[in-house]
Amino acid sequence: MDVLAPAPPAASSPRISVRNLTVGYGSYVLMRDVSFDVARDDVFLIMGGSGCGKSTLLRVLMGLKEPQAGQVFYGETDFWACTPRERRQLMQRTGVLFQGGALWSSMTLAENVGLPLQQYTGLSQAEIREQASLKLALAGLAGFEDYYPSEISGGMRKRAGLARALALDPEILFLDEPSAGLDPVSSRLLDDLILELRDTLGTTFVIVSHELASIFTVASNSIFLDAQTRRVTAAGNPSLLVNDPHTEEQARRFLTRGASGTSAASGPGAARNDA
Amino acid sequence: MPLAAGAAKAYDKRMETSPQVSILHRGDLLTVSIGGSWKMGTPLPSQAREALAAVRTGGARGLLLRCEALAAWDSSLLVFLMQLVRAAQERDLDIRRELPHGLERLVQLAFAVPAKQGASRTVRQQGIVADLGTAVLALPGKLGEFAAFVGDVTLALLRFLTGRSQMRRQDLLTAMYECGVLSLPIISLTSLLFGLILAFVGAVQLTQFGAQIYVAGLVGIGMLRVMGAVMVGVVMSGRVGASFAALIGTMQVNEEVDALSTLGISPIDFLVLPRMLALTLMVPLLTVYADLMGILGGFFVGVAMLDLSALEYLNATVRMVSFSHGIIGLSYAVVFGVIIALSGCYQGIRCGRSAQAVGKATTTAVVHGIVGIIVATAIITVLCNVLKV
Repeated sequence: MDVLAPAPPAASSPRISVRNLTVGYGSYVLMRDVSFDVARDDVFLIMGGSGCGKSTLLRVLMGLKEPQAGQVFYGETDFWACTPRERRQLMQRTGVLFQGGALWSSMTLAENVGLPLQQYTGLSQAEIREQASLKLALAGLAGFEDYYPSEISGGMRKRAGLARALALDPEILFLDEPSAGLDPVSSRLLDDLILELRDTLGTTFVIVSHELASIFTVASNSIFLDAQTRRVTAAGNPSLLVNDPHTEEQARRFLTRGASGTSAASGPGAARNDA
Repeated sequence: MPLAAGAAKAYDKRMETSPQVSILHRGDLLTVSIGGSWKMGTPLPSQAREALAAVRTGGARGLLLRCEALAAWDSSLLVFLMQLVRAAQERDLDIRRELPHGLERLVQLAFAVPAKQGASRTVRQQGIVADLGTAVLALPGKLGEFAAFVGDVTLALLRFLTGRSQMRRQDLLTAMYECGVLSLPIISLTSLLFGLILAFVGAVQLTQFGAQIYVAGLVGIGMLRVMGAVMVGVVMSGRVGASFAALIGTMQVNEEVDALSTLGISPIDFLVLPRMLALTLMVPLLTVYADLMGILGGFFVGVAMLDLSALEYLNATVRMVSFSHGIIGLSYAVVFGVIIALSGCYQGIRCGRSAQAVGKATTTAVVHGIVGIIVATAIITVLCNVLKV
């Protein structure tokens, strides 16, 4: 059980604490007893094989899906025990980048980025436009303000989605597979942007990702969800996990693209003897 | 492989184009030799079935699979081998394979990940009574869901009336333009023709009594009181209800609705309310327009075919049609607007996350819209009759 213990407590109280969360659909349980803490300056990775419930867990954190059991704390507040209105207020402090960008197709990029500002700030149209241009420029899309989502490429849509997620300067950003569908160079630029935003604006990141290169570059903490046991089987900084002989086998296989699998097959008993 | 391919070339043409299977029993060991050319679509030799039967029912305790002058092969051979191996596994035969390297690797790959327990699905056939029962049992849940949606929309309406809605004015205006102004051409055409048809049908009977002037009353009252609203309702259900369902449904598929929710913006306020308000406002307005177009249609028939003068026809219309008919027609229209918007938006909001689900949502929206309109027409008509208006 000691591998399940969250990373050492940060100096300040955690931004998000998850306690004994069970997620699933109807009678089907995807994950049970998920617990972890996300510190303020964390880039937190949720890892796991396909279909293990990463995205569903993210939907619970974002407020789109009610958990079957357990709690999610934003600071001190129990997120799912709140009234819907309080929950909406908490959600305004978060930004989300969806897998496909999920831009509103009937609006231009500037309108997409501007909508949250229009809803929640008293800014004038001109100020909103300025803000939208700035956020688009941060995502490398300066000059594309008046394009519709259908007129730009998939990678650009993703970056525009990031610009929209940044619109209200959120405390927490959720990214659902940010590098999926991006070329290696763009993916690298996105990683740099994530670290830059964390260092400058103090944004906390919670990321669902498969891409190892990106995971090792940005992650400061992580959990690994195992589809077989439906539990968290490893937690900590991925760069340390990959070299730690105590790391659970499935998690290490994931982090090494299955390379450690052969040695594992030859003898989990051998590993036990070493320990 | 190259050796086998080379050897195959030496064989005659017939050998190359047809798959070959030979079976050999030797003591406890059953040997199945495979040769020739295996292409999807070419019929398997009768020995293939015999080989399977021999594995399933024969007394052998071991199975040896080997290749003899095997030329080209594709998945069809692989499927046959898998069937043999599976049948042998069921009977716990000792299986030995002497296959070319590539083929052996594929067989291993196919068996590498065992079939997940409970993953394969069997379609359960049940009787018509059971189907009916299931549908009836599912009904309260569905009605509850719909009632919750209507409740959400009502709350959104209250927020709008108290000025706390997240709806954007420009969305309301766009929705009004799209379902109002852009519907004018099709409403013009359908209601003009419908007025014509009403006049024709009426004229056949009325001219027999020399009472063709009553065509004016028939068309006027008919259009104003109910037919104008029903025409607009049916056309809008197909034109606008379907587009609401498809639009919101596609937004669900693209996670655009989720994107609104995560920003704390209620999809009901932002997507449903403007469309609801727009339709509730525009269907009555379009009905007034449709009434006028219908009367114009009747007017053409009256003047061109029934030998009535223009003034005569218009005078008769004004004399026979009262204001209350128009008011009743408008009350139908308001109800129709609500029904079309509710069914379109509801189907869009509860749409699943696939292209197929969007298609289903669109169809369901139109069907429910039109059925709803007809049922509402019946109810309001009976109600008017009871209240003697």
